[in-house]
Amino acid sequence: MYKYDEVDHRLVRERVEQFRDQTRRYLAGELSEDEFRPLRLMNGLYVQRHAPMLRVAIPYGHLSSTQLRKLSHIARTYDRGYGHLTTRQNIQFNWPALERVPDILAELAEVEMHAIQTSGNCVRNTTTDAFAGVAADEYLDGRAYCEIIRQWSTLHPEFAYLPRKFKIAVSGSADDRAATQVHDIGLHVVKNDAGEVGFKVIVGGGLGRTPLVGKTIREFLPTRHLLTYLDAVLRVYNRFGRRDNKYKARIKILVQAMTPEAFAAKVEDEWAHLKDGPATLRDEDVAHYASFFTDPAYEQLAANPEAFTVPLVSDAAFAKWVARNTRSHKQTGYRSVVLSLKKTGVPPGDITAEQMDAAADWADRFGFGELRVAHEQNLILPDVKESDLYEVWQLARQHGFATPNVGLLTDIICCPGGDFCSLANARSIPVAEAIQLKFDNLDYLFDLGDIDCNFSGCMNACGHHHIGNIGILGVDKNGEEWYQITLGGSQGNHTAIGKVIGPSFAQADVPLAFEKIMNLYVEQRLAGERFIETVRRIGLEPFKERVYAKSH
Amino acid sequence: MQNLIKNDAVTEDAWRLIRSEDESYDAAEDVILPLAAWLAVDPAARSGQAAPWLAPDADLSLLRPVLAQLPLIAIDFPAFTDGRGYSLARLLRERYGYQGELRAIGDVQRDQLAYLARVGFTVFAIRDDRPAEAALDGLRDFSDQYQATVLQPEPLFKRRTQR
Ligand code: HEM
Ligand code: SF4
Repeated sequence: MYKYDEVDHRLVRERVEQFRDQTRRYLAGELSEDEFRPLRLMNGLYVQRHAPMLRVAIPYGHLSSTQLRKLSHIARTYDRGYGHLTTRQNIQFNWPALERVPDILAELAEVEMHAIQTSGNCVRNTTTDAFAGVAADEYLDGRAYCEIIRQWSTLHPEFAYLPRKFKIAVSGSADDRAATQVHDIGLHVVKNDAGEVGFKVIVGGGLGRTPLVGKTIREFLPTRHLLTYLDAVLRVYNRFGRRDNKYKARIKILVQAMTPEAFAAKVEDEWAHLKDGPATLRDEDVAHYASFFTDPAYEQLAANPEAFTVPLVSDAAFAKWVARNTRSHKQTGYRSVVLSLKKTGVPPGDITAEQMDAAADWADRFGFGELRVAHEQNLILPDVKESDLYEVWQLARQHGFATPNVGLLTDIICCPGGDFCSLANARSIPVAEAIQLKFDNLDYLFDLGDIDCNFSGCMNACGHHHIGNIGILGVDKNGEEWYQITLGGSQGNHTAIGKVIGPSFAQADVPLAFEKIMNLYVEQRLAGERFIETVRRIGLEPFKERVYAKSH
Repeated sequence: MQNLIKNDAVTEDAWRLIRSEDESYDAAEDVILPLAAWLAVDPAARSGQAAPWLAPDADLSLLRPVLAQLPLIAIDFPAFTDGRGYSLARLLRERYGYQGELRAIGDVQRDQLAYLARVGFTVFAIRDDRPAEAALDGLRDFSDQYQATVLQPEPLFKRRTQR
């Protein structure tokens, strides 16, 4: 993991003090509400329905056990004993008092954490594959570049007041698990024919009101040019992105208006002046950052030890959990464990202080003191020996962390919705729960297999509903909460925006609509065909007919 | 325009900001004019100095031929959330080599100063209703930066690996 040096520490502390003074001036009436808003947002502080909400950055989802313990301390001391993991690998606290936020930030700074640029119209936390560095299908580890980008974007003097927020995602594996195609910039770490490492650059993806899949503007950008090229993209956006209408201010609208080709040409023009400038990365610079992301001291182990294979056969519940909640690891004898935060009855992504402490202990005891946050809003123990899995599972079960549903229909990605968010059209949490209750039969759920279900409480799409295989969007009909269902969306290598199947549903009817959709899938699927594949093959019509058929 | 920060101190100077092309001024006054008005000025007709102020969407190529002779360029921030001026400043400094005074005008307040200075602004015309004295602290918010910009052309990553 990256370790702060003296300068990193100093800058974060200075940011805390700057924010402390901004808060003081606001409370003293020296800053108006309108003036304070962008300043607090740039530091992760929203004012929501009930209270302020503080979003703390978890850079590219990496967390040490020490940091997680600090987060649990903050949840207990300044909040109501829990936090919420977000789809951008951050954590949110829903109930802090405004006056105490500077103290929270000071505590975070002690463990190399902050809330810098976790919201506001600036470059946000860079996200990546939660399994970066350990995934068996990874060809390049992008984490050193994530850290390089994190530092470049942190307090960037030129790009603090962009037209709109700006999100960058990095992926280095065969399977894109970072949703790079729906980010303002998606970077794929790749090797060219000459064996040189670089990036494929995708620009202008995003969801929200205008969901768009990003366009590749450069097939190969050599590593050393990463920062000068990012400066060029951001500068074109900063200068020419629309500022008159916040719904048209994202870079995707600029790319669409200019055409991707013209946008790419404009970036190349700008870059021609920046290329090979002072921000060009030398090999030793990259090596410096890569040195923080080396392998921990893995033991040389044989695969499938008895301590693993025996309970796998004797304990069906354990086997189910292993099948869904663990992943293959690049190191033989190890697996990564996904601690599911999708227990029925708990808002997706919510994690209690007790769970944080427990997970931190397991990270120390069974791993190397590291954890990851997945954009699916789960927590990950990246390095667990197969021989320890049975014990980890039992512990996880005791702590409500072992719902064996990772990647299944009930592993719902869900925004806070109307219970917390003032922009919401509808609540999301109770509806997600109703769906989880409807599909509480594990055998049936397993039989349905991989299904991404994504839920947003309004068209801002914080829950990524457009790229759910099945997506739900809260809509407002004359002051009532209704829900629109989309099918056919997907993330990853085949990113696609889902299509609305028809008129929206009242809250009570959503689970039934889901049931009809799943029944049809089970009837229609070919052997081994996943839900999304069936949807792609047979199209939306049969689903529409089934869902909207008049009942007899 | 007497709420100025220059050389780390609150100060005054003789430049007068002319916001609209209709505003009148004397031939002897030092004036900062809208770009179009400034382009139309006949230097022979006046004894005072004239300099342009740029809107955030200004076309810098209009200025390029005369940059070397310009004593001052002002960049307007219609709202402090409008960040285009930061890019203009870097372009003027880094790409076009402008050496003269670069003045931030408009909705300029304390919390922008650290960033404004780093992209090349040297003078800050603090919004009239805010005390410039208090804004001065804004210049001291940060003691370093990661990026390569005008005030610190060496990015931190290079200074790190050189140590
Ligand atoms: C409760 C307070 C929240 C508010 C007020 C809020 C507001 C917004 C708004 C206005 C947008 C759309 C911006 C745009 O398209 O330009 C947005 C996007 C987004 N939000 Fe939130 N959000 C909140 C919480 C969350 C949470 C809890 C998550 C994660 C679970 C989240 C994740 C996202 C993501 C991933 C997007 C990007 C969607 C896209 O690709 O365009 N937000 N949010
Ligand atoms: S999608 Fe809408 S309701 Fe959900 S968190 Fe975002 S803004 Fe709020």
